[in-house]
Amino acid sequence: MIPVLLIFIPLVTGLIGFLLKSEKTARGWALLSSLVTLVVALIGAGAGKTSPILHADVAWLPDLGSRFAVGLDGLSLILSLLTAISFPLIFIATWRDQYKRAWNFYALMLLSQAGLLGVFLAQDALLFYFFWELALIPVYFLCSQWGGERRIAATFKFFVYTFLGSLLMLVGIIWLYFHTPDHSFSMASFYDVHNHMSNSDQTWVFWLLFVAFAIKMPIWPLHTWQPDTYEQSPTAVTMVLSAIMVKMGLFGVIRWLAPVLPIGTWAWGDTVSTACIIGMIYASLVAIKQDDLKRLLAYSSIAHVGLMALAIFATDATGMQGVMIQLFNHGINILGMWIVVDLIERQFGTRKISELGGLAKNAPGLAILLVIVALGNVALPLTNGFVGEFLLFTGVFTSTATAYSVVFTVVAAVTIILGAIYTLNMIQRVFYGPTNALTEKAVDISLNEKMVLSVIVVMIIFIGVFPKPVLEMTKDAAEYILTKMAYK
Amino acid sequence: MTQLVWLVPALPLAGFLLNGLFRNQLSKSLTGIIGSGTVLGAFVVSLLLFGEVRHEGFQPAVVTLFDFISVGKLSIPFAFQVDQLSSLFLLIITGVGFLIHLYSTAYMHEENAPQFARYFSYLNLFVFSMLLLVLGANFIILFIGWEGVGLCSYLLIGYWFRNIDYGNAAKKAFIMNRIGDLGFLIAIFFMISKFGSVSFDQVFGKASTVPVGVMTAITLLLFVGATGKSAQIPLYTWLPDAMAGPTPVSALIHAATMVTAGIYMIARSHVLFDLAPVTQTVVAVIGLATALLAASIALKQNDIKKVLAYSTVSQLGYMFLGLGVGAYDGAVFHVMTHAFFKALLFLGAGSVIHAMGGEQDMRKMGGLKKWMPATHITFLLGCLAISGIPPFSGFFSKDEILSAAYAKNPVYYVIGVFTALLTAFYMFRLYATTFLGQFRGTHDQEHHLHESPGAITIPLWVLAILAVIGGFVGIPDSWMANGHRLGAFLSPVLGENAHGLEVEKGTELMLVAVSVVLAVIGSLAAGMRYGKKPELGEPTGFGKVLANKWYVDEFYHAVIVRPLDLLAQFLVFFDKNIVDGIVNGVGRLVQYGSRQLRLLQSGQVGGYVLLMVLGILILFLVELFTGSPAVSSAAGKVALPH
Amino acid sequence: MPINYYIFLAVALFCIGVAGVLTRRNAIIIFMCIELMLNAVNLLLVAFSKMHYHALSAGAPNPNAGIDGQLFVFFIMVVAAAEVSVGLAIIVMMYRNTHSVDVNFLNRLKH
Repeated sequence: MIPVLLIFIPLVTGLIGFLLKSEKTARGWALLSSLVTLVVALIGAGAGKTSPILHADVAWLPDLGSRFAVGLDGLSLILSLLTAISFPLIFIATWRDQYKRAWNFYALMLLSQAGLLGVFLAQDALLFYFFWELALIPVYFLCSQWGGERRIAATFKFFVYTFLGSLLMLVGIIWLYFHTPDHSFSMASFYDVHNHMSNSDQTWVFWLLFVAFAIKMPIWPLHTWQPDTYEQSPTAVTMVLSAIMVKMGLFGVIRWLAPVLPIGTWAWGDTVSTACIIGMIYASLVAIKQDDLKRLLAYSSIAHVGLMALAIFATDATGMQGVMIQLFNHGINILGMWIVVDLIERQFGTRKISELGGLAKNAPGLAILLVIVALGNVALPLTNGFVGEFLLFTGVFTSTATAYSVVFTVVAAVTIILGAIYTLNMIQRVFYGPTNALTEKAVDISLNEKMVLSVIVVMIIFIGVFPKPVLEMTKDAAEYILTKMAYK
Repeated sequence: MTQLVWLVPALPLAGFLLNGLFRNQLSKSLTGIIGSGTVLGAFVVSLLLFGEVRHEGFQPAVVTLFDFISVGKLSIPFAFQVDQLSSLFLLIITGVGFLIHLYSTAYMHEENAPQFARYFSYLNLFVFSMLLLVLGANFIILFIGWEGVGLCSYLLIGYWFRNIDYGNAAKKAFIMNRIGDLGFLIAIFFMISKFGSVSFDQVFGKASTVPVGVMTAITLLLFVGATGKSAQIPLYTWLPDAMAGPTPVSALIHAATMVTAGIYMIARSHVLFDLAPVTQTVVAVIGLATALLAASIALKQNDIKKVLAYSTVSQLGYMFLGLGVGAYDGAVFHVMTHAFFKALLFLGAGSVIHAMGGEQDMRKMGGLKKWMPATHITFLLGCLAISGIPPFSGFFSKDEILSAAYAKNPVYYVIGVFTALLTAFYMFRLYATTFLGQFRGTHDQEHHLHESPGAITIPLWVLAILAVIGGFVGIPDSWMANGHRLGAFLSPVLGENAHGLEVEKGTELMLVAVSVVLAVIGSLAAGMRYGKKPELGEPTGFGKVLANKWYVDEFYHAVIVRPLDLLAQFLVFFDKNIVDGIVNGVGRLVQYGSRQLRLLQSGQVGGYVLLMVLGILILFLVELFTGSPAVSSAAGKVALPH
Repeated sequence: MPINYYIFLAVALFCIGVAGVLTRRNAIIIFMCIELMLNAVNLLLVAFSKMHYHALSAGAPNPNAGIDGQLFVFFIMVVAAAEVSVGLAIIVMMYRNTHSVDVNFLNRLKH
C-alpha cells in the first residue's frame, strides 16, 4: 500500500499539475503533494519491517512475466525517505525562483519524483527499467526548457549519454530475462539467474548493466555530462539530479547488478575500483580549479560517489552499511550546498567564485549554515559525512574481495585532504576576505531559507551524533544483499 | 561520581550552544559569564573527579553513554574513560581553559556583541572537543575530539575572517592537520582489521598478538597524526602561521592544550609504541630534530608571538623526545608544566600587544617594565621556567626528559642540551628586547602604555604561581623519596617503567648541572646583550636563513603546492579536451556520418525507384542462389490443364 | 497450356512497367506503367489460382481451391482504382503548381 501511494501521489498530482495554469497555485500544489508524499514515507518508515503495508504486488504484464511488484526494504526506505524529504525542501528553498509556465515546471518535477520513487521501490526488473526512463524524461524537459544559455547542447548530451546506457541496460535485462528458468522479471528470479548462466556470460553481461549505472553515478571517465548538465540546469533540477538522481546509479548496482551477477561483479571489482579511485582523485583535483560553484560541486559529487561505488565493490558488511547511510547523507549535504548556491546566484546574479567574497560580513547566518553543511561534506566527525565515510573506508580497508584493499584505501583517502582543500578554498573565497562592490550590499537569508537549511543542518548533526536509527534501518537490507553477493 | 563525567564536556557544549544560537540577543557580559562559567563548572567537576581518582586502588572506569556506530562485528560506543591520565588532562584543559576564558573577556572587549559571542562559542566548542579527545574510551571518540579541535583551531585562527592572510593561515592549519589525521585514520582502519575493535582496553589487550611489522606500521601512522596536530617535522609549518588568531587562542590552543594532543595520544597508546622500537626511534629523532630546528628559527624572529610559536614547536619536540625514549611520564609532566608557563608567556605577550595597540614587532617595544610591572614580573617567571632554571617548573620536567634521553643515547642528550641553551638564549632575547632598554615605539603608543586590567593580570599571576611551583610534583625519586608524585599517580596508566631508562644518581646530577649551567649562560648572555643593544636591523648571512625559517615554506610550496596546482590545471585541460573531447567526438562522428549518408537522398523520385528495384533484384538473386530448391522446381512441373 | 506462358507474359509486362517507371519523367506515363505492373501481377494471380484449382481438385471437385488468388485480384483492382483517383488528383495539383508533369521537378524531399 505505502509504496503504491508513494509512486502514485506524485504521479497523479503531477499530471493534474499541468492543468493548473497559475504559478502560485502550481507551486502550492507541488509543495502540498510533496508534503503528503513525505508523510506517507514517514508512515512507511514507522511501520514494522515485516508489516504487510510495505509491499504490493499486482499483475501488470502477465504475458511477459512482469508484475507491478513494489516494496520497501531498508535500502528502498532510506532512498525513498531521501526523495520524500528532498522535494519539499527543494520546493521551499527555490520558492522565489521565477519560471515561465511554472505549472509545467512543477508538474514535471512531480513526475520525476514519481519516477525516482518508482526506481527505488520496484521489485521487478522491467518495472525498474520503466521507472528508470520515466525519471529521466521529465528531467530532460526541465533542463531543456528552463536551463541556462547552453542548455540545449548540455541537455542533449545528458539525454543521449544516459539513454545510451539505459538501452544497454535494457538489452542486459532482456538477456537475463531469457535466462531465467521461469521467464520472469521478478527480483527473486533475477537473483537466482546466475545459477543458470556460465561465469563467462556473467562477466560480459555485467558491462551491459554496469555502463548504464556508471554513466548515471557517474564514474570516471563517463562523467563529463555531469558538470555541463549541473551548470546549465535550473538549480531546483540540479538539486534533484545531484541529491537523488545520481543515487539511482548506485542503487542500481546494489539492487540490480551486484546480487544478480555476483561473479561478474567480483571479477571486475578491481577494474571498477581502480576507475573509482582515479575518478575520486581526478575529480577532487579538477574541483580545486573550478571557478563556477556549480561545477565545483559537480566534481565534488563525482569524488564522493566514487567512494561509495568503491565500497560497494569491496563486498563488505561495514562498507555496504556505509554506502546505504552515505546515500542519504550525501543527498542531504549536497542539497544544502545547492541551496546555498541558489541563494547566492539569486542575490548576486553570478556563481563565479572570483566575483564573490566577504559574504560572511553581511550574511552571517548563511555563512554559519554553509560552513556546517560544508563540514558534513568534508566528513568532519559528529557530522553525518563522517559516519558514512568512516564506514566506507573501513569497509574498503577490511575488504576480502580484493587483494589491494590497503592500497585502495590509502589512495582513496587522499581525497579527504583534497576535499578539505577545495571546500575550504570555496568557503574562504566566497565568504571570507574583504567585500567587493558586488557583495557590499549582501543581505542575510530570509526565514524560510533559514528554516530549510536548519532542517538540513539538524539532520546532518543528528545522524552524525546518533546514526543508530539509520544504521538499524538498513542493516537487514545490507546483509541480505551481501548474502546474494557471495562470490565464492 | 565517575558516572557524571559526561557533565565535563556537556557544560562547555551548552555554553557553545547558548552563545552560538543567541549571539544576537546576549549582552557581552552575559556572554562572558556563560562562556567562562561553563568552563569553570567543568573545572569543578574535573576537580571532584580528580579527588576520586587520587584514591588508592582506583580502577579506571569506562562510562558508556550510547551506541555510536554499531555495524556487523564492529561496535563503537560513545564512551568516556576516567583514569589518572585523562583526569590530569581534564584539570589542565579546564583549569588553564578557564583562566584563558577569563582573560579573553578583557582582551576581546573591543569586539561587538555578536562577534564576542561567536568568539566565546568557538572557544567553548574547542574546550568541548578537547575534553572529548582526552575522555574518549576508544580511538574513534579520541578522533572525534582530534578533528574537532582542528576545526576550532581553524575557526579561531580565521576569527578575523576579513583578512585574507588570516584566512590562509587558518586553511593551512586545517589542511596540514588533515594530512596528519589521514595517517591517524588509516591507523584506526588497521586496528579495526587486526583487532576488530577500537576501544583502548581491547586494542591494548591484544596488541602483543600482532607481528612487529604491523605494529610498527600502526604506530608510525599514529605518529603521522601526532606530527600534524602537535606540529612536528614535517607538518609543523602551520603553527607559527596560526598566530594570526587572537592571542588568548594562541595561548589556549596553540600552546597549552591542542598541540599537546599528539603527546596525549602517544602516551595513551604507549602499549603499542613499546612494541615497536623502530617507531620509538623515529619519534625520538623527529622530536629532537624539531626541537633543534624550531629553536634555531626562534633565534631570529622579531614578532613576539612568532618567537613563542617556534618555542612551542621546540618544546613539543622535547616532549616527543621524551616519548621516544620511553619517558612517558616525563613527557606528560612537561605537557603540564609547559601548559602553565607557555600559557603564561602567551598571555603576557597578549597583555603587551594589548598595551601596544596591536603592535607585535619587538623591535618597536623596549623598556616596558616601567609601565607594566605585573606583566613584566610574571613574564620573567615564565622565561625562567621555560629556560629550565631551578627550581622553576620547566627545570624538573625538561631534565627528566634529558636524563632519560642520555640513558638511551648520549647523542640525544647533547643535542637536547644544546637546544636548551638556545631556548634560554632566545627567551631572554625576547624578554630583554621587550621589557628592558628604551622604548622604541611611536610617541602615540608610549602615551597609551598602561598595565592591563585585572581580568588579564589575575590569570597571569595564577599561571605564574603554577609555573613556579608546578615542578614540585615531579622531583626525581633519587633526590627525595616519593618525590615524583606525578609519576606515581600516573603509573597505573603509563606502566611502572614510564620513566624510561634510569641513570646513576651521580651521572644524573652531572647532567643536570651541565644543563643548568648552559641555561644560565644562555639567559645571561642574551639578557646582557639585547638589554643594552637590541637587534634592530635586518639579519644577514646565516641569520637571514634563520629569519626566513630555513625556507621550508618556500620548499613546500615548490615541491608540493606548485606541482599539485599544475597537475590540477593539467587535469582541467585533460577533462575538457580529452575525456569530454572523446565524448563529443563520438557525437560529431555520428553527425558527420549522417551528413554523408544524407547525400544519397537526392530527392529525385526516379533515383529512389531505381534503388528500390535494384534492391528487389538483389533479393531475388539472393533467393535464387540460396533459397530452397523445392519452390523453383515445383513451378516447372505444374501446368494448366487447358 | 503450360503455366510458363502466363509467367513469361506477366514478367514481360512487369518489366515493361518497371522500365517505364525508371526511364520516363512524365508523371502520367509513370502512372500508366504502375498500372501495367499491377495488372501483370493480377494476371499471374489469376493464372496461379486456376492452376491450384486443378491441382487440388484432381480427385473430387473442390470449389474453394485457389479462390484466394482470385480474391486478391479483386482486392488489387479496388486498391488500384482508389490509387488512380488519388494519384490523378495529385498529378492535377502538381500541374497546377508547376505547369508541368515532370517528376524531376519534385525534388523537395531531399531537404
